[in-house]
Amino acid sequence: MGNSFRIGYGAAVVTAATLAAAGAGALALLAVGASPLATYATIFTGPFKDLFGVSEILVRAVPLILVALGIAISFRSGIINIGAEGQMLMGILAATATALALKGLPGWALLPLTLLAGAAGGGLWAGIAGLLRARLGVNEILSTVMLNYIAAQLYTFLLRGPMIDPGELETGSGTPQSMRLPRAAWLSRLVPGTRLHTGLLLALVLAVAVYVLLWHTTWGFRLRAAGAEAKAARYAGISVERSLVTAMVLSGAFAGLAGAVELTGVHHRAIENISSGYGFAGIVVALFGALHPAGIVPAAVFFGLLLVGADMTQRTAGVPANMILVLQGVIILAIVSAKMYLNNAYAQERARRMWARLRRPSSAAPRPGGLS
Amino acid sequence: MNPGGMVYNILSLGVPFSVALLLASLGEMFNQRAGVFNLGCEGIMCMGAFLAFLPPTFLKAGPLAPYGNLLGFAAALGGGVLLGLLFALVTVTFRADQGIAGIGLQMFGWGLSGSLFRHYIGGVTGVEGMAAWPIPGLARIPFLGGILFNHNPVVYFAFLLVPASWYVLYRTPWGLKVRAVGTAPRAADSMGIHVNRVRYQALMLGGAMAGLGGAYLSLCQAKMFADDLVAGRGFIAVALVYFGRWSPLGILGGALLFSLAQTLQLSIQVGGIKFPYEFAVMLPYVLVILVLALARKARMRGPAQLGVPFDREMRY
Repeated sequence: MGNSFRIGYGAAVVTAATLAAAGAGALALLAVGASPLATYATIFTGPFKDLFGVSEILVRAVPLILVALGIAISFRSGIINIGAEGQMLMGILAATATALALKGLPGWALLPLTLLAGAAGGGLWAGIAGLLRARLGVNEILSTVMLNYIAAQLYTFLLRGPMIDPGELETGSGTPQSMRLPRAAWLSRLVPGTRLHTGLLLALVLAVAVYVLLWHTTWGFRLRAAGAEAKAARYAGISVERSLVTAMVLSGAFAGLAGAVELTGVHHRAIENISSGYGFAGIVVALFGALHPAGIVPAAVFFGLLLVGADMTQRTAGVPANMILVLQGVIILAIVSAKMYLNNAYAQERARRMWARLRRPSSAAPRPGGLS
Repeated sequence: MNPGGMVYNILSLGVPFSVALLLASLGEMFNQRAGVFNLGCEGIMCMGAFLAFLPPTFLKAGPLAPYGNLLGFAAALGGGVLLGLLFALVTVTFRADQGIAGIGLQMFGWGLSGSLFRHYIGGVTGVEGMAAWPIPGLARIPFLGGILFNHNPVVYFAFLLVPASWYVLYRTPWGLKVRAVGTAPRAADSMGIHVNRVRYQALMLGGAMAGLGGAYLSLCQAKMFADDLVAGRGFIAVALVYFGRWSPLGILGGALLFSLAQTLQLSIQVGGIKFPYEFAVMLPYVLVILVLALARKARMRGPAQLGVPFDREMRY
């Protein structure tokens, strides 16, 4: 019974969670007058119609991979980072300022510096929440959510004021956006005619790096130990506080880098709505990928598909854009619920007993020797 | 403007501004006292704000028009209870991680309210909102009358809920059960209290109050609905529970502090001192972080089993 039951149990939980999420999403779609089947069909097949659609999936997957890697680091280390959205914005601001200030540098120096500035911006912003948690016990979920709102306002302020493209003021259109970055700071395109850029390769390399860091270095072991059981880690001589701050800064650096990559790879200037929800979607991707780089990369591609598909349904079927948030919300709820059933030995044991009872409804008393 | 008039303006605006936070925060207090950390409060407020907005918008000319607001509040209350139930299903029955589930519920409520609004209403429309009900006699007290007794009925209701919540929490058997399941669920269980049932009830109550808080925003405060109407007030409400040390009176103080800070900032801007608009919007969020940093000692007094799911069969 043992192993086959466990596999069947896992499959049943995952199926139930998938059906529940798809069902709840369908109800929400019905409520806004859209046909669930047609919408799901557009989402999952629409992007595959041409090369551009397929490339867009990967374009979306790049920031998702980076953000989700950061979130996996923080979750594994016992600190929950909900602030990737704000950290991305701070990364974009830092990267834009750096690229514009160091205009004259050649590409081999300017591009890395720009990306590093992005990572630093995101890391420092997240560090605030990390320090507040480690030093003052401030709930990091609340503080990172608040830092998101603050970063969004700071971003708009800078784009409307100090960092606005002087050209916008001359023509009087006043679109809140920065000057275009020098070409030397652009990531090159992978496939001509699409927006797919070399950021994809960077994201894949970093996925491997995060795997090595977390599972094959002492440092990563310390982080994970502090996250898995703080008391035991402390007893083993690990400074849990320091590990929390480190994890948070690292996590924010990945979000900031995601912002810088999106900036240098796709838009080439800081514009409004540049983060477009990647910070929140990244949380879903990290959870969906089981907080492991090997899961996160395919999960990011899947959610890239979901985002591109949702854009298409908005254009073709008039499904409101916010619907993607609803889907992400129900997916989170389904994942966290399913996760408990997968990890909890008690729940599994209960299911096993119930299953055994269902299989032998006739005999009330256990048969002799029926050690199952 | 003379200083006395300015103080009067800040106070008389600040009192009604605190109501949405107060309602949601008192509800969250019941959740947390029962041991459940509900960050989905934000999402429930979004849905409450939207649901409350529907009846007055559609009943504008019909025979039911006079009851539009009442039906709106009822819809928000019902929606809040349903979302509270959903959260209870996920965190109490399925025992999922409460912090992350809360973020899921927030995305769900935020996204759904925005989508439904775009589908059913679309453009910007306003509602008449609720008229003020000056309390006869009391409203004519100089200075204090206008600050305390010249508001719409929901304001009075919310302020009456403060002593009512205190009474329920500390002087009724149900309140004792709520505190017990949040502090020592195992002991409560052995005394015959159905731990998860009490948590379900607390979450439904909290959801209802968060829904009402959202309804207040769209019907009484802004008199309109927009995607970002709630703008983090649900999260602020959760923070206020920490700040108020899980007590109704502390929460009232926190809610007033926040709304007064906001009206103060508004009146400074109106008064001609200019600072960038974005920094003004930022203020409450910065304040939350400060408040949480200063309230750190409060953690010791919080419900001991806050955030820990209960399973009868599990041994520790």
